[in-house]
Amino acid sequence: MLNLKNIHTHYGKIEALHGVSLNVAQGEIVSLIGANGAGKTTLLMTICGDPIASEGSIEFLGEPINEKSTSEIMRSGISIVPEGRRIFPGLTVEENLQMGGFFMSKEDYQKGTEHVFSLFPRLKERINQRGGTMSGGEQQMLAIARAMMSTPKLLLLDEPSLGLAPIIINQIFDIIAQLRDEGVTIFLVEQNANQALRLADRGYVLENGLLVMEDSGDNLLANDDVRKAYLGG
Amino acid sequence: MSKKVPFALFCAGLTVILAFPILGLNLEHKGTSLVVTGADNWTLIGVLVAALIVFVTQLLKSQIKATYQAVKPNFGGLIQRLPGEDKRKLISKLVLIALIIAALVLPFFTSRQWPDIATLVLIYVILGLGLNVVVGLAGLLDLGYVAFYAVGAYSYALLSQYFGWSFWACLPIGTLLAATFGLLLGFPVLRLRGDYLAIVTLGFGEIIRILLNNFTSITGGPNGIGNIPKPSLPFIQFEPNFEIVWLEFGRRATDGGVPFHKFFDLPYDSSLKVIVLYLIALALAVITILIIQRLIRMPVGRAWEALREDEIACRSLGLNRTAIKLSAFTIGASFAGFAGSLFAARQGFINPESFIFWESVIILAIVVLGGMGSQIGVMIAAAIVVLLQELTAEFDEYRLLAFGAIMVLMMIWKPQGLLPMKRPHIKLKQE
Ligand SMILES: Nc1ncnc2c1ncn2[C@@H]1O[C@H](COP(=O)(O)OP(=O)(O)OP(=O)(O)O)[C@@H](O)[C@H]1O
Ligand SMILES: [Mg+2]
Repeated sequence: MLNLKNIHTHYGKIEALHGVSLNVAQGEIVSLIGANGAGKTTLLMTICGDPIASEGSIEFLGEPINEKSTSEIMRSGISIVPEGRRIFPGLTVEENLQMGGFFMSKEDYQKGTEHVFSLFPRLKERINQRGGTMSGGEQQMLAIARAMMSTPKLLLLDEPSLGLAPIIINQIFDIIAQLRDEGVTIFLVEQNANQALRLADRGYVLENGLLVMEDSGDNLLANDDVRKAYLGG
Repeated sequence: MSKKVPFALFCAGLTVILAFPILGLNLEHKGTSLVVTGADNWTLIGVLVAALIVFVTQLLKSQIKATYQAVKPNFGGLIQRLPGEDKRKLISKLVLIALIIAALVLPFFTSRQWPDIATLVLIYVILGLGLNVVVGLAGLLDLGYVAFYAVGAYSYALLSQYFGWSFWACLPIGTLLAATFGLLLGFPVLRLRGDYLAIVTLGFGEIIRILLNNFTSITGGPNGIGNIPKPSLPFIQFEPNFEIVWLEFGRRATDGGVPFHKFFDLPYDSSLKVIVLYLIALALAVITILIIQRLIRMPVGRAWEALREDEIACRSLGLNRTAIKLSAFTIGASFAGFAGSLFAARQGFINPESFIFWESVIILAIVVLGGMGSQIGVMIAAAIVVLLQELTAEFDEYRLLAFGAIMVLMMIWKPQGLLPMKRPHIKLKQE
């Protein structure tokens, strides 16, 4: 479904990704783990066309997308939950969702809200609350709900567990699994390697802008190097 | 209580001090003593009473608040019981209706000076609401807004002078022209952020003014353009034959129509043209309010706010930031053009002096005072600012002082503006 070949990404003169190739198949959950500054966020954002890859190709559903603008890419069936949630703090829950469904028809928007409210009943209770006044967990739910509004085929998640309590993290991961069961393909970037790999069908390990490992989630969990570097022993 | 006495005294003192520039009082040396001039005894007594009222209210502020809180729930059981959203809607509707009735009726009962000032207030309401879209909603700091105002004013003045076109033909042209300028300026500059955008727009405002000043052959340069006709109103006549007559309200027809008093065989009343202009301004202001309210409720209005809140998030949702910014900038500019045409009609004479940087500052002050993004706040602030300007017109040197003082006080007491933008809001449930 998603195919990256030899992706290089530059910030000015600094190269953050040195040739990354990976693929995500329809219906999978694929996790990407890596240390701070490895380039995980850069990789996700490159898929979204912002920044644009300086070399290599990205294919989504068989079509090259690395020439397209962010806005076109997002409309072709990819959604991202950005790092740090980035909900609109001054807008209400409902208005945040409206921004997620900006390009949708009225009926599709209606369906979208029903769907995300069934995923997150909490959000329905708080429909008129300002995003900024919600708890971290609720904000993360809102960020996922907002991304789901456009009914993406592929959902990119950048560290959804960031700064959340274990019990909330479990809820979020349950939702991610549920989304996969509904047929959404998921590419998950996480620091929380343990949970991310347990959930994942396959995983990649990124180090300093290069992929160093690729395997099934279970195998990576069992791998000694991975345990040492990302699972604390 | 005792702690409040010095503060209350301070406030009362401030009232007295502020009264001097606002009411035009002067302190002068007479021999060895200071004497207040420029006021009769009644004014002085008034100032003292005002100071006393300020003193007492400041002293008893908490008690007054408590009493008000105790009385408030009895204001009308019905209104209280409505769910929050409906209640807000009902109240704002009632207020709006009352305001419109008052605005329609009052000018006929006051001296002609008041409709004239009210027209100016309405012009600034339109300007404030327009700039509010750009600054308050979309968060783009535009310091050259006056340029679009000038475009609107000059397009009417020039088209009427060179081609004899009427106000109603020029109004949409001026609006579109200002919008075009907004679009053209927006394209290159909207990539810039915050301070840079402010500086570039400021420069643009100055460029337009300097151009107007130097294009002497067309714009008359600093001498400006005079004899700009007031708008006429159509009247459908069935007898003796069906035709549309354009009524004018001056003594003599200047715009190719028929003077109102001649047409109806009435004695000439010079205040009528002021009132008619005021009513036209009112209609245009109401149209502005309705259009902008509509826009805010539409997805594009939401997008303006979203953009102000978080550009990166907008990007990650696939929104086209340039298009959103450009739409805010262009729509804001078009309302400035709208107001500009009206301004030219009110003044009858315009020159580049009316479009200096100070004017942009005033409009921005209205937006900030009113509470960024809040429409009613902007309207109230427009009234306050214009009245303040008119009242302090005679002693120019105090004007900035009074203005500055009020801005500082506002920022201390109501840093969010008079009526900060509200959204339906429910409190967090206790868990
Ligand atoms: N906008 C930017 N401009 C310049 N350099 C950047 C920019 N964003 C990221 N970088 C650099 O690119 C490298 C990869 O950063 P990135 O944010 O992708 O890491 P990450 O793996 O997501 O880290 P974290 O786990 O801390 O989120 C870092 O060295 C970072 O300094
Ligand atoms: Mg990151």
